[in-house]
Amino acid sequence: MEQVLDLGHSAPRGLLRFIKRWLFTTNHKEIGTLYLLFSLLMFFIGGVFALLIRAELFQPGARLFNPEFFNQMTTLHGLVMLFLAIMPAFSGFANWMIPLMIGAPDMAMPRMNNWAFWILPVAAILLFSTLFMDGSAPNFGWTMYAPLSTTYGPASTDYLILAIHLMGLSSLMGAINIIVTILNLRTPGMTMMKMPIFCWSWLVTAFLLIGVMPVLAAAVTMMLMDRHFATSFFSAAGGGDPLLYQHLFWFFGHPEVYIIILPAFGIISQIIPTFSRKKLFGYRFMVYALLAIAFLSFIVWVHHMFVTGVPLAAELFFMYTTMLIAVPTGVKVFNWVTTMYRGAISFETPMLFALAFVILFTIGGFSGVMLAMVPADFQYQDTYFVVAHFHYVLVPGALFGAIAGAYYWLPKMTGVMYNERLGQCHFWLSVIGVNLTFFPMHFLGLAGMPRRIADYSLQFANFNAIASLGAFIFGFAQLFFLYIIIQAMRGKGKKASAQVWEGAEGLEWTLSSPPPLHSFTTPPKFE
Amino acid sequence: MLVQSGNISNKKILILLCITTLGMFGFGFAMIPLYNVLCKNLGINGKTDKNAYLTSNKIDLSRSIRVEFMTNNNNYLPWDFYPRLHHIQLHPGENILIYFAAKNNSNRSMTVQAIPSVSPGLAARYLKKTECFCFTQQTFDPGQHRDMPVLFHIDQHLPKNINTITLAYTLFDTTGLKQSKLAKQSLAHIPG
Repeated sequence: MEQVLDLGHSAPRGLLRFIKRWLFTTNHKEIGTLYLLFSLLMFFIGGVFALLIRAELFQPGARLFNPEFFNQMTTLHGLVMLFLAIMPAFSGFANWMIPLMIGAPDMAMPRMNNWAFWILPVAAILLFSTLFMDGSAPNFGWTMYAPLSTTYGPASTDYLILAIHLMGLSSLMGAINIIVTILNLRTPGMTMMKMPIFCWSWLVTAFLLIGVMPVLAAAVTMMLMDRHFATSFFSAAGGGDPLLYQHLFWFFGHPEVYIIILPAFGIISQIIPTFSRKKLFGYRFMVYALLAIAFLSFIVWVHHMFVTGVPLAAELFFMYTTMLIAVPTGVKVFNWVTTMYRGAISFETPMLFALAFVILFTIGGFSGVMLAMVPADFQYQDTYFVVAHFHYVLVPGALFGAIAGAYYWLPKMTGVMYNERLGQCHFWLSVIGVNLTFFPMHFLGLAGMPRRIADYSLQFANFNAIASLGAFIFGFAQLFFLYIIIQAMRGKGKKASAQVWEGAEGLEWTLSSPPPLHSFTTPPKFE
Repeated sequence: MLVQSGNISNKKILILLCITTLGMFGFGFAMIPLYNVLCKNLGINGKTDKNAYLTSNKIDLSRSIRVEFMTNNNNYLPWDFYPRLHHIQLHPGENILIYFAAKNNSNRSMTVQAIPSVSPGLAARYLKKTECFCFTQQTFDPGQHRDMPVLFHIDQHLPKNINTITLAYTLFDTTGLKQSKLAKQSLAHIPG
């Protein structure tokens, strides 16, 4: 059987056959690899944008380029990192690992899977093409607030809108596929509550995607209509309301941050038990916490808009619901810590990133609770404190989650152990770089430095210099990551066993490393 | 599609999820009337009623309210636009006629729409206009100058804790845009 199936994928010769093979692949492992490599490329492009921002902010005085270009960089950095780096990275892990974890032969809808991926490069090209257009690339921040994006948006905004539509379509198709796969393709005996927690985190994420991505699509469609078809959804002159855009955007935007972080929660919840050589503490509560976070994420969006003049009652409601999120999140952190308690812990690179995740994400969570408080938020709004907060939850949060997952599953995917020493170098440089970059931003924000501006007052100079230094350390540390992945993909390194990690449990570790292209063609036994 | 093991077929889940997706897309658009209805009924976003009210005939002499007038030009509109009177002290129920001066400084004929906003937002529904230049679009010839009237009163049920109200107008350039549907409706319908 194996041989017959492999015939269809026998080593292709010639460039055309190579392109055809990857363009038309419907194999979940190959599509997963495509997602992961694409996201790695986008991570470096978004990283270059970030370093340009930090280079400009190294000294006061806007020396390197004009503020207009700075605005384009902040906009594109945000959009690229969220939609093209972090989200595809987790889609990649989902594609690779979910069928292996639940004992399925592939994703439920392989052809749609192929389509979902190949839309992304098209969206990326649309987005990057705006940089080379007359006028300017989108320059109003990743939030795309009207009227900055409608009345004042550059001509290239239309390309951004279409790119958002495509990225939304891609993630929706991915989400639908994941839901059907998880609901219907589990191996006999694997009930929902016996499913690996990573699958649970992605199931919840997929439902969040279906809940909010269409709302973003609707909002940018209205933006397009306001720009070209003389409607006034967001224009007060014609009876619309610019504030409505913010409501629509953040109705999407807040669940979006959980779309980004929940898969990272899932990965961390796989890694910590493995390297603690214990079962995940409180599995049931981990699942309930995921569901609670997902539910709450829909009823907190106005906390992004406290200074827009919403009535007191609404401020109170959204303040309390926001603070409530700290409860299920606290449950998760507690359970991770308790999983490690009295475990036989070893500190390989995935575990190091997971530990950094738990500590640094929690710092980001705390500054989130500070921001949730209405009177405090009035002061923090649009300052670097907000920048510090969301970078703490996104970089050592979501990104470290993805990197931890990459190290954790790289031996399974490639069949060879990565270079542990280089991995540790990558970790320590990253963790020092991240904190040097983002911790001073808390102080800058509390001192009143506004975000999204290319220049600043002299009193902010020292902390900004430190932050820029940290950013360059962090940025260049990622070259270790790139090198490690390339070496592993070339098969350089010690051969990995099927189980790879001593404490690893689950169906994916019963397969050889790397697993055959077609695995679990008959459902495996699950105890 | 691959064989399934669940109770509901892959196709059925796929269809359900696609319907949900489309439903949420529709919900995005449904947010607009929903938002307007909520804001209007709760009176929370500082928009005054687009309907014209009859003048008041009862005055509550026991209270005195300060009303301030502000003007803004949207998007560098080349117009002069300012209130003839910057603030006024009045009693609830008192009918007040004030004028806003406007001048088109450009060398072409322009149409503008004034959009009112009241602060604090909760006071908006108690500021009742009988006549306002903001009910319709205004067309000015190049260099034309005109005083535009607002006849209004403050409803006697204004919450006791509100003593100062700011009425701000922003002038938008609507040259070439059609009279908005809402503005047309409000002219046709004058409630008692």
